[in-house]
Amino acid sequence: MKVLSIDISKCTGCRACEYACSFKHTGAFNRWDSRISISQFLEDFVFIPTVCTQCEDAYCVNVCPTGALSKNYETGVVEFDPNKCILCKQCTMACPWGSIKLNHMGREIIKCDLCGGDPECVKVCHAGALEFTEVEDMVMDKRFRSATKLKESVMGV
Amino acid sequence: MLKGGYVGKILRVNLSKNKVSVEDINEKWAEDFIGGRGYGTRLFMEEVDPNVDPLSEENKLILATGPLGSTYAPSSGRIMVITKGPLNGAIACSNSGGHFASDLKRAGFDFMIIEGKAEKPIYIWIYKGNVEIRDATELWGKTTKETDKILRSLTHPEAGTLEIGPAAEKLSLISNITFDGHRAAGRTGVGAVLGSKNLKGISAFGTESITVSDNERFAKAVYNARDILSKDAFSGSGGATYGTALLVNVINGVGGLPAFNGHDAFLETADKISGETLTKEYLIRAEGCDSCPIACGRVTEIRKGKYKGNKGVGPEYESIWALGAMCGVDDMDAVVMANYICDDYGFDTISAGSTIACAMDLFEAGYIRESDVGFSLKFKDPDALVNAMKLMAEQNTDFGKLLAKGSYRLAEHYGHPEFSMTAKKQEFPAYDPRAIKGIGLEYATSNRGACHVRGYTIAVEVLGDGDKNTYEGKATLTKTLQDLTAALDSTGICLFTTFGLKGKEIAELFSSATGFECDEQEFMKKGERIWNLEKAFNIKAGFTKDDDKLPERMEKESIKSGPSKGEITDLGKMLPEYYKSRGWDENGIPTPEKLKELGLEGIL
Repeated sequence: MKVLSIDISKCTGCRACEYACSFKHTGAFNRWDSRISISQFLEDFVFIPTVCTQCEDAYCVNVCPTGALSKNYETGVVEFDPNKCILCKQCTMACPWGSIKLNHMGREIIKCDLCGGDPECVKVCHAGALEFTEVEDMVMDKRFRSATKLKESVMGV
Repeated sequence: MLKGGYVGKILRVNLSKNKVSVEDINEKWAEDFIGGRGYGTRLFMEEVDPNVDPLSEENKLILATGPLGSTYAPSSGRIMVITKGPLNGAIACSNSGGHFASDLKRAGFDFMIIEGKAEKPIYIWIYKGNVEIRDATELWGKTTKETDKILRSLTHPEAGTLEIGPAAEKLSLISNITFDGHRAAGRTGVGAVLGSKNLKGISAFGTESITVSDNERFAKAVYNARDILSKDAFSGSGGATYGTALLVNVINGVGGLPAFNGHDAFLETADKISGETLTKEYLIRAEGCDSCPIACGRVTEIRKGKYKGNKGVGPEYESIWALGAMCGVDDMDAVVMANYICDDYGFDTISAGSTIACAMDLFEAGYIRESDVGFSLKFKDPDALVNAMKLMAEQNTDFGKLLAKGSYRLAEHYGHPEFSMTAKKQEFPAYDPRAIKGIGLEYATSNRGACHVRGYTIAVEVLGDGDKNTYEGKATLTKTLQDLTAALDSTGICLFTTFGLKGKEIAELFSSATGFECDEQEFMKKGERIWNLEKAFNIKAGFTKDDDKLPERMEKESIKSGPSKGEITDLGKMLPEYYKSRGWDENGIPTPEKLKELGLEGIL
């Protein structure tokens, strides 16, 4: 199974992912309609991408009174059916990450659907902060980076 | 009707009358002049007499975004500042990256006209199309970084900001306008225009969507452009890894890095201030402007020595050159520190560095005395560099005030204007016109004074397959690149995209976004139209052929050492051909036929 993996240390804060996401889902460019968001901390020049990580046991699914949100165990995606949504907004309060949200008009719930298995945000992330990768590979890079340090300091090669 | 790319609105803020109004954008101008630099200049010429004093209430300043801004077109975060430049009185278009262009568009405006003068310090808060003019007395005197932080705390945590630093407040002729506390429209002294209007800053926030004319075609054009950029050595990886400073070793390697205020064009120890050194010893991470895959921005810190613990952004290649090689300084700690001071106070790093180099040159020649400065101001001395930078920043001594006026006024004050490495009173940047012939023509003919980013001939002469040593073909090369850049600057994307993209790809991005169909040829024609428009402003402002020149040192004193040792230049071997290729007369005045061809009848 593939997941959207984020390496915050690589994010350059360019926000191309936000534009790509909103354009794909709404046909217009608007970072407030993007499912993925970059939070910028300008004092430290740190940029943190956040997006729905498709919880296994999702608060948003549990709190949804109409079944508009449901977990698809085959794709891993927490799916959203706008036809069943009554816009009670309970899901936006339940999500601990702020990753399920209202669009810029405040009239529609928006969340990441992994673009049906071909996420648009990944295509414009030249920095490699976003990758769509097999779940077992998700932390492999990090593991190798820290293992390399150990190799050098302990083994001396 | 506008089909895409533009929001369609212009915000006008009159600071004398405390009045705000909104106007529709002129669709014919949008098609003819694109947006950004082109549209902004057309609008400016409609409203401002070319003979106004740049620091008077009558001068205006226009902030201009392009139709590709706030989309995922690569590197589309450019914002243009158009005004009559205080440094030299020519048409100033100074531009910056960052995110402010997209913030302004989301807040509801393609362009913003700032006119009049506020009675006391103010800032402007633009929130979803609504505008407030607020008191900024408490902000006056703050650095750019502090101002950015305070503006966001006073308005919205995710607002974009514009601010001036103490340099512009004190009307330094080499002061910049800063965006989000760390990106700058550096050149031509545009900061002083806002300083003269008592405008400390602008904060903008909005949720407006940007649509394009043809979604499918635009997506195709964007992904094609991104794909091309990913394959180029600079835009693909070099920019993110080393930043623009990648060029230090490259340009020094061909003997084209002006040093010691232009007495030389080579620095033996340049590697100590190279992009490689910057990455290895100072870089924290790369930063990208809006939608930019290149990410040449540097987030850095000084990790050792007496400046240890200071953090900031940059330095860029040009800044390293000006504060480093031009002053003969190869101490990277000092160069990075001087760069941080420039950023905090809001100085153009190119002009600031070159001005200190000029002062060092005058000092060594005996025209400036130690008693004028307060310390010995010799080439190569890293402490002298940082201390001179502090004098310029504080402007609390006569000499500091003089430094803040730029090298031309400084050298003139001491009776030796020939020590100023300027064209049209603006300091030339980091490429030696004796070693690289075409760039000299660009410096001499650039509409805003000496500049490398009106027509970056280096891309062909050094980084491409051109011959940097010959005069042949440089007139046409310069004209072509100047026209392309004028059009490109008007779309809102960055000049660095031209490391990969040609006019064809950029025209396709523009056409598919706006619905104004244009091929490469027509796109170049728009650029030529914009260039001639700027030229017309300068002619009306009193500029003549005599202003199209290089510092005499470039034509009289040959390069002392390095790979280009012995080289000298002769502008006269390129300038007449340049005028001819532009369809101008022998005095550099556009002919009526040329103006008619470009649809600019009556502009002169």
